[in-house]
Amino acid sequence: MALKQTAGKRIGMTALAWAIGLLIFFPILWTFVTSFKSELDAFAIPPKFLFFHWTTENYFEVQSRSNYLLFAYNSIVLSVGANVVGLLIAVPAAWSMAFAPTKRTKDVLMWMLSTKMMPGVGVLVPIYLLFRDFHLLDNRLGIGFVLLMLNLPILIWMLYTYFKEIPVDILEAARMDGASLANEIIYVLTPMAVPGIASTMLLAIILSWNEAFWTLNLTTSNAAPLTAFIASYSAPEGLFWAKLSAASTLAIAPIVILGWFSQKQLVRGLTFGAVK
Amino acid sequence: MATQQTTTAGRILVAPSVILLLLWMIVPLGMTLYFSSLHYSLLDPDNVSFVALQNYTYFLSDPNFLTALTNTLVLVVSVLAISVCGGVLVALLMDQPIYGQNVVRLMVIAPFFVMPTVSALVWKNLLMNPVSGLFAWLAKSFGLPAVDWFTNWPMVSVVLIVSWQWLPFASLIMLTALQSLDEEQKEAAALDGAGPVSFFFYIVVPHIARAVTVVILIETIFLLSVFAEIYVTTNGGPGVATTNIAFLVYKQALLNFDVGGASAGGVVAVVLANVVAIFLMRIVGKNLEG
Repeated sequence: MALKQTAGKRIGMTALAWAIGLLIFFPILWTFVTSFKSELDAFAIPPKFLFFHWTTENYFEVQSRSNYLLFAYNSIVLSVGANVVGLLIAVPAAWSMAFAPTKRTKDVLMWMLSTKMMPGVGVLVPIYLLFRDFHLLDNRLGIGFVLLMLNLPILIWMLYTYFKEIPVDILEAARMDGASLANEIIYVLTPMAVPGIASTMLLAIILSWNEAFWTLNLTTSNAAPLTAFIASYSAPEGLFWAKLSAASTLAIAPIVILGWFSQKQLVRGLTFGAVK
Repeated sequence: MATQQTTTAGRILVAPSVILLLLWMIVPLGMTLYFSSLHYSLLDPDNVSFVALQNYTYFLSDPNFLTALTNTLVLVVSVLAISVCGGVLVALLMDQPIYGQNVVRLMVIAPFFVMPTVSALVWKNLLMNPVSGLFAWLAKSFGLPAVDWFTNWPMVSVVLIVSWQWLPFASLIMLTALQSLDEEQKEAAALDGAGPVSFFFYIVVPHIARAVTVVILIETIFLLSVFAEIYVTTNGGPGVATTNIAFLVYKQALLNFDVGGASAGGVVAVVLANVVAIFLMRIVGKNLEG
């Protein structure tokens, strides 16, 4: 097929692919453009595509009117914090599964992955009541714990697949030389697995950043991340399109850019290795 | 090989994860099951009584439940149809030798990284608003009447938004599967005189069949509990037109304060998800063997 590819066909395919790519990307692009409009221009019919008075005032107003930075801070602290703690729990577990497997290891791993398939509403009521009784509603520790538990199976699973690629001989050599288990994991395994650990964290942070079932249900203001902040724009009185666009752009830009670097990890992490 | 010592260490090191996940899974799930057998309203928390299966008979015979179940299935099946068929087509296109393939790929995958509340509100306002939205302007430019999406086509609107989020995922997985197709196999097929149609049906389809299955199963699990998109756009309405099971349980619990009824609904949602999860875990399990 590739041998017979003519230049004309290639240009045609390119044009079609770019058209479809732009079509899919358009809502994001449109949000970005709208974020630089005045509210009046944002509502204009016919829509103004490029020729309007570009302004950055929305970005400042989003902060002054609604304390945007608090929500951004929560998003960063929660998605990074939950996954750093998750990593500390997941690395030893993944080491154990990759290098000291027992007959039950596979079943344990499968069970862990299966917890990802439980719908949130199945446990919404008890979690909500427990959180209410322990004063964890709208509390960073509370929602952080939930985000940690949501990602733990994926962290363990991905680290396990990366650790499996590391030859066990190297770890055994360290053991022969008298390295303790802690030293073996910290000084031998971890440095070799840095690329794998970094990719795992990247995917985990993206997933936490965008999590919107628990953050909407368990937080209101103090511990609310950007997902909940943006949701406050759904109220009729909050319909300021240019400001919605500015807030949205700020909320998605860092993650879309990180996401572009994480495509391979996404396939590995979200299909549980079933597609290679 | 694992020695006695490493086996013991392994058990200890895996224990925190297992205990945490058990706490996270089994305890709340057990509580949900227990609550689902109680008459328990947060408006009258002192008056709790055991009612056995009454919540289930109430929930299952509630006409809103049947509507929610239908809505859930309509949402899952429609989004699957759009994202899987679209995903295969987009992936086939991106697999061609085109100029700027990487840039196209970035544009196609981007919506998957947009948080659900942002995509829902951007679509609802900037694109689908019946007066100032871009779709309304497009319709008018072609001399058509503007569509009031969320009033007249609420489910179609939600399906469109959710499909936009999941089409990139399907495309990316299919593209990954397509790219693992052996070059030599492609050349052999070409030398044997396979046309594009037979090449697609005899080489491509069998090769990506498993990826398609996996995409369907994973998307189904996530789509069964679509929540944020409904929460910020239609709030389940108009009426119950876009209320799915997840949203119905949320309404029953946090708006009607009916702990018993909401728990029964939660159990139904878990059972639905498990039907799909069993098939997915079989495929994952087979893959772990190798």
